[in-house]
Amino acid sequence: MKSIPVSTTINGDPYEFLCAPDETLLDALRNRLGLTGAKEGCGTGDCGACSVTLNGRLVCSCLVLGAEAEGAEIATIEGMADGDELHPLQRHFIDHAALQCGICTPGILVAAKSLLEKNPDPTDEEVRYWLAGNLCRCTGYDKIIRAVQAAAAEMRGA
Amino acid sequence: MSLDEYQKREFKQVGTRVRRPDGVDKVTGRAMYGADATAPGMLTGRILRSPHAHARIRSIDTKAAEALPGVKAVLTGADLPAQEDDFIRDVQDNCMARGKALYDGHAVAAVAAVDAATAKAALKLIKVDYEILPHVTEVDVAIKPGAPVVLAGRSLENVPAGMSENVTSHCEFGHGDPAKGFAKADRIVERSFRTAATHQGYIEPHACLASVSSDGKADLWCCTQGQYFVRTLCAAIMGMEASQLRVTASEIGGGFGGKTTVFIEPVALALSRKAGRPVKIVMTRDEVFRATGPTVHTSMDIKIGMAKDGRITGAEAHLRYSGGAFPCGTVDMGAQAAFAAYDLDNVRTYGWNVLTNRPKEAAYRAPGAPQAIYAVESVIDELCQDLGLDPIDVRLKNAAKKGTKSSYGPTFPDIGLVATLEAAKKHPHYSAPLAEGQGRGISCGFWFNFGGNSCVSLNINTDGTVGVTEGNPDIGGSRASISLMAAEELGIDYDRVRTIVADTSSLGYNDVTDGSRVTFAVGLATIKAARAAVRVMCERAAKIWGIDADAVEWKDGAAVPAGPNAGKFPPMSLAEIAAVSFETGGPIAGHHEVNVDGAGVSFGVHIVDVEVDKETGATKVLRYTVFQDAGKAVHPSYVEGQMQGGAVQGIGWALNEEYIYGADGRLQNPTFLDYRVPVASDLPMIDTVILEIPNPGHPYGVRGVGETGIVPPLAALSNAVSRSAGIRLSELPMSPPRVLKALGGS
Repeated sequence: MKSIPVSTTINGDPYEFLCAPDETLLDALRNRLGLTGAKEGCGTGDCGACSVTLNGRLVCSCLVLGAEAEGAEIATIEGMADGDELHPLQRHFIDHAALQCGICTPGILVAAKSLLEKNPDPTDEEVRYWLAGNLCRCTGYDKIIRAVQAAAAEMRGA
Repeated sequence: MSLDEYQKREFKQVGTRVRRPDGVDKVTGRAMYGADATAPGMLTGRILRSPHAHARIRSIDTKAAEALPGVKAVLTGADLPAQEDDFIRDVQDNCMARGKALYDGHAVAAVAAVDAATAKAALKLIKVDYEILPHVTEVDVAIKPGAPVVLAGRSLENVPAGMSENVTSHCEFGHGDPAKGFAKADRIVERSFRTAATHQGYIEPHACLASVSSDGKADLWCCTQGQYFVRTLCAAIMGMEASQLRVTASEIGGGFGGKTTVFIEPVALALSRKAGRPVKIVMTRDEVFRATGPTVHTSMDIKIGMAKDGRITGAEAHLRYSGGAFPCGTVDMGAQAAFAAYDLDNVRTYGWNVLTNRPKEAAYRAPGAPQAIYAVESVIDELCQDLGLDPIDVRLKNAAKKGTKSSYGPTFPDIGLVATLEAAKKHPHYSAPLAEGQGRGISCGFWFNFGGNSCVSLNINTDGTVGVTEGNPDIGGSRASISLMAAEELGIDYDRVRTIVADTSSLGYNDVTDGSRVTFAVGLATIKAARAAVRVMCERAAKIWGIDADAVEWKDGAAVPAGPNAGKFPPMSLAEIAAVSFETGGPIAGHHEVNVDGAGVSFGVHIVDVEVDKETGATKVLRYTVFQDAGKAVHPSYVEGQMQGGAVQGIGWALNEEYIYGADGRLQNPTFLDYRVPVASDLPMIDTVILEIPNPGHPYGVRGVGETGIVPPLAALSNAVSRSAGIRLSELPMSPPRVLKALGGS
């Protein structure tokens, strides 16, 4: 199969890569561009560990083809902090012990950021339903919900 | 048991909620997990797996795969050496079948190729000639004479005659005479239970990168709970000396016991040796479900007699566990744990391990205990209902305490069950009103906890900072806890300590991160390593001051004269002593190596409120509170995290999770879509109450906390469902179809 050249923007930076027609965006990010923050937990869109945004929309990058990134704006966990300045979600995840092993954390952070952009003042139930596609096996979600709400409050200036 | 370690003290840093040292890396995507490593010239390894539950492998033809351009090595069981040791042979045969495929998903061949697409194409070219054999996947069928035999010749001598050859071992624990106890009972309940196999469900699939050089040296990078044990197993399988194989544990994306052994690591090493290039293998989720260890599935009979006042007069359990196609000892732990929470005169437990055509069991958080205790706590709850007694009062009446001879032998030292039950009883949750149709369940839980082999090196840097080197992968914040204990002992700020996890060539042997052992045992070794460094620093100060080392003591992070007779010198801080260490005798370090005893058993009590939807059979968890004796909580947030995480894994086990096998012996649900672990929207907040009953076996009173939390949820949920819906289920999970059936619906 002939490789496809792709020009895209990731976390605000221009990238060009070649990928196979059947190659996932997740594999392209991880294996071709060295952006290993997105994780493959299942490869079937069930766990959310590979969450990124594609033109502002939250997606499982294991269910998107690399070729679909052509001309798109992609945001990954690597772009969430502003240099040394952590995003409030990142900071509150550390302060609330909202991660144990941390493998689901990049996907959950990307998903939570996407939620707060749409809904800056969610109820706990809205956070729980938004994150229902992101599996965490360590925490029981309690501290994750608290960290998201604490970040949301800070971002609202509450 | 070592009972003289604990000294009461005021803590300055232990018990605070500091930021974990790996936090920033883990929230920015920078942390390196198993699948994140690469090496120059790396090949991709892929594994061919049996589609049959049980089949003789007549032959494997790999010629076409080997001839495919880009394929650099092909491996089958014939490439691995014959092993004399049963245990090593089982591990090796589980990694790569020899002679027979023993379960759906059992590895039969592997390839290494220049890329994943080529490797995948090569697998399709391997021709395996199978002779399909009769299979058995259910423990109650496999135990019967005449059942298909999974592995012949593996029954131990203690297995009674007349049972199937699948029964590999038998165990028995207890004291007194249950028959006499039952004669004194006012009410006896005897019930049979079944629990499904569940998977640890870590989100990170197994991954490794192996590189074997032509001079025989090898490096292995992998996600594991124990790099030293990986080295032991891989060195045995590869015929290597331990010193030639360096294993580095990556950051680990969950384990829960499931990453305490090897599956792909020896295969990657063997492929790398054959190909002469580094080989990386990453499992798919389908492979994780089909070929790595779930926990045992079980069938159990419980009989308990109770007097009208709630006193248990006699207790008996018959446990039949199956850990898949290879022998395992998990039933022994279930048989020991079943009645461990209670002070009983007449108690006996019997266990049988049975082989089935399922993947080889791996440890899962308190292995063997949740199942047996689910059955026991369900029967106790039924007796409470029958006799009109309060479930906590009954447990308090029978609770094990200091001096109780446990049902599995040892006499308990200071333990926290009574305090935990009392905390649960007076908690607002226990007396909160319930609405119509809601039910409240409680259950006790128990786990042994473990200590084990631990090595720690602690180096005092010349700028007054400290490096701690330990050998246990950090699965939930242990580097923070270990840094806290080092800082506490040395009297310096937590931020001045950095703890790292060593590879196998950098430190002596450390047991696996399991048995809730790390904060306890590695913490103990850290405290003692710090004390060794303190002794050196006191000697250095004595040398500078020209007094005896005995006349110097360590106080608030500095050497000070021990008393007025020692002379008058201003305190010398750790940083000051470190700064001149090159002039006073050289670098300063402390280390400690030990096989730690005295882990201190742990008890938990869980309260849960549920509401069963009688239309759908779905159970909604409304409120949940965990009470657990943690000993001293070194980092309370991560102690709470263990309690919450364990509870939610238990909720999943109770309500949804199960391995489902078809009549063809194939696993029907090897995806996260069909094997449903709890998601955020299924759950309420999980409240926690930490009790700190000091463990006499640790200098700071620390107990293990990781495992106990998964034990009580199974019965707590079942007891709550019983009180919500008026039906007592005797099988897990209580999935909606099962609940509907029990309710008499379709």
